[in-house]
Amino acid sequence: MKQLTMPSFGADMATGIIAQWKVQPGDKVQKGDIVASIDTMKGLIDMEVFDDGVINKLLAAEGEDIEVGQPIAQLTLADEPRSATEAPKHPQAPLGQKSISAPKDKHQSRNPSAPRVDLASDSDRFPEDNEVAGRRRISPAARQKAAELAIDWRQLQTGSGPQGAIVLDDIMTMAKASTGEAHYPEADSSQQMREAIAAVVSRSKRDIPHYYLQQDIQLDNALAWLAEYNQGRTMDERMLLSALLYCAIAKALPSFPQFNGFYLQGRYQAQELVHLGNAISLHGGGLMVAAIHHAQQLNPAQMMLKLRDQVLRAREGGLRMSEMQDATITVSNLGDRGTDSMQSIIFPPQVAIVALGRQRCVPWVVDEQVSIAHIVTVSLAADHRVSDGHAGARLLNKIDHLLQNPELLI
Amino acid sequence: MSTQDIKTSLCRLILQIAPEADIDSLDPRADMRDELDLDSMDFLRLLTSIDKEIQVNIPESDYGQVNSLQALTEYIAKHRPDVSDNTE
Repeated sequence: MKQLTMPSFGADMATGIIAQWKVQPGDKVQKGDIVASIDTMKGLIDMEVFDDGVINKLLAAEGEDIEVGQPIAQLTLADEPRSATEAPKHPQAPLGQKSISAPKDKHQSRNPSAPRVDLASDSDRFPEDNEVAGRRRISPAARQKAAELAIDWRQLQTGSGPQGAIVLDDIMTMAKASTGEAHYPEADSSQQMREAIAAVVSRSKRDIPHYYLQQDIQLDNALAWLAEYNQGRTMDERMLLSALLYCAIAKALPSFPQFNGFYLQGRYQAQELVHLGNAISLHGGGLMVAAIHHAQQLNPAQMMLKLRDQVLRAREGGLRMSEMQDATITVSNLGDRGTDSMQSIIFPPQVAIVALGRQRCVPWVVDEQVSIAHIVTVSLAADHRVSDGHAGARLLNKIDHLLQNPELLI
Repeated sequence: MSTQDIKTSLCRLILQIAPEADIDSLDPRADMRDELDLDSMDFLRLLTSIDKEIQVNIPESDYGQVNSLQALTEYIAKHRPDVSDNTE
């Protein structure tokens, strides 16, 4: 038996809401299957399972806001004998079916991205958890939501759940009645994200002795390669400079393990694979980092596909849990409308972050001749507990070398 | 298709990519990417959807000609044979 717990999608996440279960008790799952969609400040993220087995029991209801690390489901592992006391393969009332009949859209706010409230039947899912308060019963989700919204649920004589239990739906109805509109915490999610970012950057600046290096890298070879590549290609195939820059960073890193890994419990663990964290700014504020797996093996065209797909999913939902957790180093790209350079803050437990400024034209001296060059400033912030400036400079030089020879990136 | 139709379609496509963009108060002659905070990936996605839905392929070498909503509209009008400019 294994407990599935609310996953963490980054050091800046404290809780997540189960937006939707994708499995029911009795369902067989395989490693990599998506079991739930989790609503976080960063949008909807698909949670994967890491073992083969059978879902035995769901411990949390859709709509519940759950702390990272708390159990949300039980999984019977494939190689473990199932005991007779475990859930029947086909429970009489599968969780999902009940909620279908519930008027689940009734209290949904007008914002389509608002977390779904789908809990009309939460109390009978968890009858053993119902709290007897006086003579009234209330489900844990309802109690929590009431506390969040500062609603006195004791004013309710009876709820709409079994045996008059107060369920989340009742709380949402009360909330709606008191304000004329359901006010889900969605309204201040951007503030929540701000607070979460504040917590993680403060911790980083407090704990990590950063040092900073930066290098102007000439792009004319890379741009010429890119122009030739894009010539005559359809829109779908067209490549952005970022793909080349990300490839150069990913391909340089394996020779510099002291920048690719995690600093945990006072020890540094270098990682063999480069999972490049791509910092994506969200429209409407905030930031998320999604890992591009095995980035050192990608050629520029594959990198472009990944970037395209990932930005789309970051902004519209559907990133996977592994993308949120696995990044071994982060790249922060200010884009072609950004500033010339940036000194970034490391995202713990990582030990380095590379920032890309905007591409720009400058006078450039080669062989004592001044000419016009396109350049980008690549900055590195790294953890001095793990590496020294000398190694950082060599890493930036290696990235520079790769970009002067784009054919090395293929 | 009139230039007004093009503009309407463009606004719809922009909103698909940047749903929170305040397109009503966008100055049609202002730099669209700065005003709406579209990054290079957003802009590429916009051009991709223009190619798909309005059937105008804008080559990379012409990106400089399509900086504002007005310029983009005019560019499309020029490159679509069926545009009847009856709005001015």
